[in-house]
Amino acid sequence: MSSSENRPLSGAIFEESTVLTVRELSRMCAVEERHIVEYVEEGVLNVAEVSADEWHFSGSALRRTRLALRLERDLELNLAGVALALQLIEELERLRGELGRSELGTRRPEADSL
Amino acid sequence: MEFKDYYKVMGVARDATEAQIKQAYRKLARKYHPDVSKEKNAEAHFKEVGEAYEVLKSPEKRAAYDQLGPGHAAGEDFRPPPDFGAGFEFSGAGAGNASYSDFFDSLFGAQARAGSSDPRGAFRAGRGEDHHAKVLLDLDASLQGGARTFTLRVPEIDAEGRLVSKERVLNVQVPKGILSGQNIRLAGQGARAPGQGARAPDEGTAGDLFIEVEFQPHALYRVDGRDLYLELPVTPWEAALGATVKTPTPTGAVDLKIPAGSHAGSKLRLKGRGIPASPAGDFYVVLEIALPPADDEKSKAAYAAMARALPFNPRAGIGA
Repeated sequence: MSSSENRPLSGAIFEESTVLTVRELSRMCAVEERHIVEYVEEGVLNVAEVSADEWHFSGSALRRTRLALRLERDLELNLAGVALALQLIEELERLRGELGRSELGTRRPEADSL
Repeated sequence: MEFKDYYKVMGVARDATEAQIKQAYRKLARKYHPDVSKEKNAEAHFKEVGEAYEVLKSPEKRAAYDQLGPGHAAGEDFRPPPDFGAGFEFSGAGAGNASYSDFFDSLFGAQARAGSSDPRGAFRAGRGEDHHAKVLLDLDASLQGGARTFTLRVPEIDAEGRLVSKERVLNVQVPKGILSGQNIRLAGQGARAPGQGARAPDEGTAGDLFIEVEFQPHALYRVDGRDLYLELPVTPWEAALGATVKTPTPTGAVDLKIPAGSHAGSKLRLKGRGIPASPAGDFYVVLEIALPPADDEKSKAAYAAMARALPFNPRAGIGA
């Protein structure tokens, strides 16, 4: 193994600096652009901004699109089903976060002898 | 290799109808899908179910599988008969980059999947495909930044056009401040470009590798987005009278001022001392009251003195 292989690869945090076009998002997720457009029409994806007549997505759209594609393929959901599932998954994540915060400081002693 | 009883995996009878198989798959997929399931080993279960469905939903594959006969037990050592699949034509499985068992590959061949097209219409471009991987990361890597070694399973098309899963060890510089759910993009580390001819402008360019991180649970801190939470035990008198106590934070121990009149669950915020993302998260200290044990005469006397001195009824609010 050469020494260059030992040097760590570096890359940026994708979500922080990225604005994605439909074309880029479709390439990264290996789906047709038409499918991305359908996601926007169904409310699965939100367009962050429109400039020069082109849609732009935030970097977090990558994870969301990939999740939507997995749900669609693996659970055989239609687009409305995908949109609903994503909404419920988000709600669940929010509630889990809240639960974690409210449980802090109220933990019961571990050795609770009766 | 091990024989797989796909009917058993799906929980259906050998004479189940297509509709019954579909129904069973959807139920199991919802139960075990890694994105929605909290079941143990959800991912492994889901893969098994997906493989079984891949075979049983296709009339040709199911018929070929049924020819093996019902005499095999799941897990028994198995070699496919030499005439297996003769007279059947397997159409593309459309299974994305799922990796199936050796049993599946020996029967239906990895080639059947490699060339398959996704029903949604796979995207073809002059440049190599982007690859995606998910890794578990220790929180300290994000707090401090630093190199970490990841072992990824990467699907690759080998010289004979088969889809194979290869192990790839990558040493990656983790960007400081990365959050759970975010990706590290490694340019040019995805699939190699298809073909040698360079006609399209981006033809001949390798794809990128996206590594999505998820934090492992941390010994001290709980992560919420970019904020960190620490449960800090304090004594009743520290909470009641106020105190300055040593507290660990991601950037080293600090002297934290506990205000007088604090109680269990009181939250103290150290602005900007959470995950060093941009903007940086906050660090929350949540107080927990630790009671000293009353296990000797001296401590018992102290509690008794407190009971005499303080006419305190914690149950006043519940009418008791």
